[in-house]
Amino acid sequence: MSAKTPFINVLISLGDDHLILGHRLSEWCGHAPMLEEDLSMPNMALDLLGQARNLYGYAVELEAEGRTEDDIAFLRTDREYKNILMVERPNGDFAHTMLRQFYFAVYMQLFWDDVLANGDARLKEFAAKATKELAYHIRHCGEWLVRLGDGTEESAERMKAAVDALHPYTNELFDITPDFNTCIEDELVPNPETLRKDWNTAIQQIFRQAFLVVPNVQFPQTGGRTGHHTEAFGHLLSELQYMQRAYPGLTW
Amino acid sequence: MVARAAVDFEESRAWTIAAAVPDPEVPCVTVADLGILRSVHIEKNTVIAKLTPTYSGCPAVLAIELAVETALLEAGFDARVERVLSPAWTTDWITKDGREKLREYGIAPPVNGSASKLSLFGKVDVTCPRCASTNTEKLSEFGSTACKAHYRCLSCSEPFDYFKCI
Ligand SMILES: [Zn+2]
Repeated sequence: MSAKTPFINVLISLGDDHLILGHRLSEWCGHAPMLEEDLSMPNMALDLLGQARNLYGYAVELEAEGRTEDDIAFLRTDREYKNILMVERPNGDFAHTMLRQFYFAVYMQLFWDDVLANGDARLKEFAAKATKELAYHIRHCGEWLVRLGDGTEESAERMKAAVDALHPYTNELFDITPDFNTCIEDELVPNPETLRKDWNTAIQQIFRQAFLVVPNVQFPQTGGRTGHHTEAFGHLLSELQYMQRAYPGLTW
Repeated sequence: MVARAAVDFEESRAWTIAAAVPDPEVPCVTVADLGILRSVHIEKNTVIAKLTPTYSGCPAVLAIELAVETALLEAGFDARVERVLSPAWTTDWITKDGREKLREYGIAPPVNGSASKLSLFGKVDVTCPRCASTNTEKLSEFGSTACKAHYRCLSCSEPFDYFKCI
């Protein structure tokens, strides 16, 4: 373990959030409720994949042990992935997917904004691009939240069900692992706890327009940051890793 | 003195060659028109072309980098492409020429001043590339590629792509 190990681990865990959420979003390709959404979700997935590649690429560069970003993405076991549980959950319906995207995009926007002000120099470069991309995600998903929440009886019902199902997973966004803590002390990344207030405000703002209520969460769902995943995760990985497992070293 | 002039000449020749490479997704404009070719210089007889991606996940990045490198190699240069992320690309870097080419191709060019958050989200008047009417409406925030949104002209009824501000 070198002095850089905590930062490398944090970069990989953030990269995992982006890779896994991007993978889930890409599952909608060809299945979206309308053509415009069939374009928008893969486009957002591409943004997330690009951001994941930046994070993984930086991690392996710091590590300097010959691993590549592909090794990180495709050749680890489930316990080695440190993404939050929310991003690995099966997509559910369109309301679930839009809400999850919104929760995540708002958090990452606050995270990158803070990085731009105080963080690691290379992360600043990633942040400058990501904040512009996320602004579109937030607007797009936010509009859907309002449209569905303030829509038909059924769409409002589904939006509420999505909030009940997903909100317990949002607390993990703010989890501080020991590695994360080290990086906060080294002023490489923001302290997620300081982002919580603004995140809550942003969520409440859109919820008001969408006639949704922030639920009282009794049992926050966490575990992903320590590698303890849900049952769905193994299935996701078997598809994500299929090519590299079936044809090791495959390139094109 | 003579050596420096020779390098300058070679650098400008290399720039011309790299700058002429078309974008694979929007072939009516070149990498220079888009402003993604940031610099070309010669270091120890090797041409170093610096390119910046439009979006983090732009799938064309590798294709563009390879195309620029290949064009330089074919022109007889020893060449290398470097990817730079900072400062982040903005649609404001699309040249005047590039905007005109986009419009002729049927893609509405981005409205100027995109670097500010206001024009990212403020209401913008998108002009129809066919009939120049500003009576247009957005159909979809995301279009056929990450950099485009989908619009419709309410005057001539034609759908069109809008190169969105970032
Ligand atoms: Zn028109």
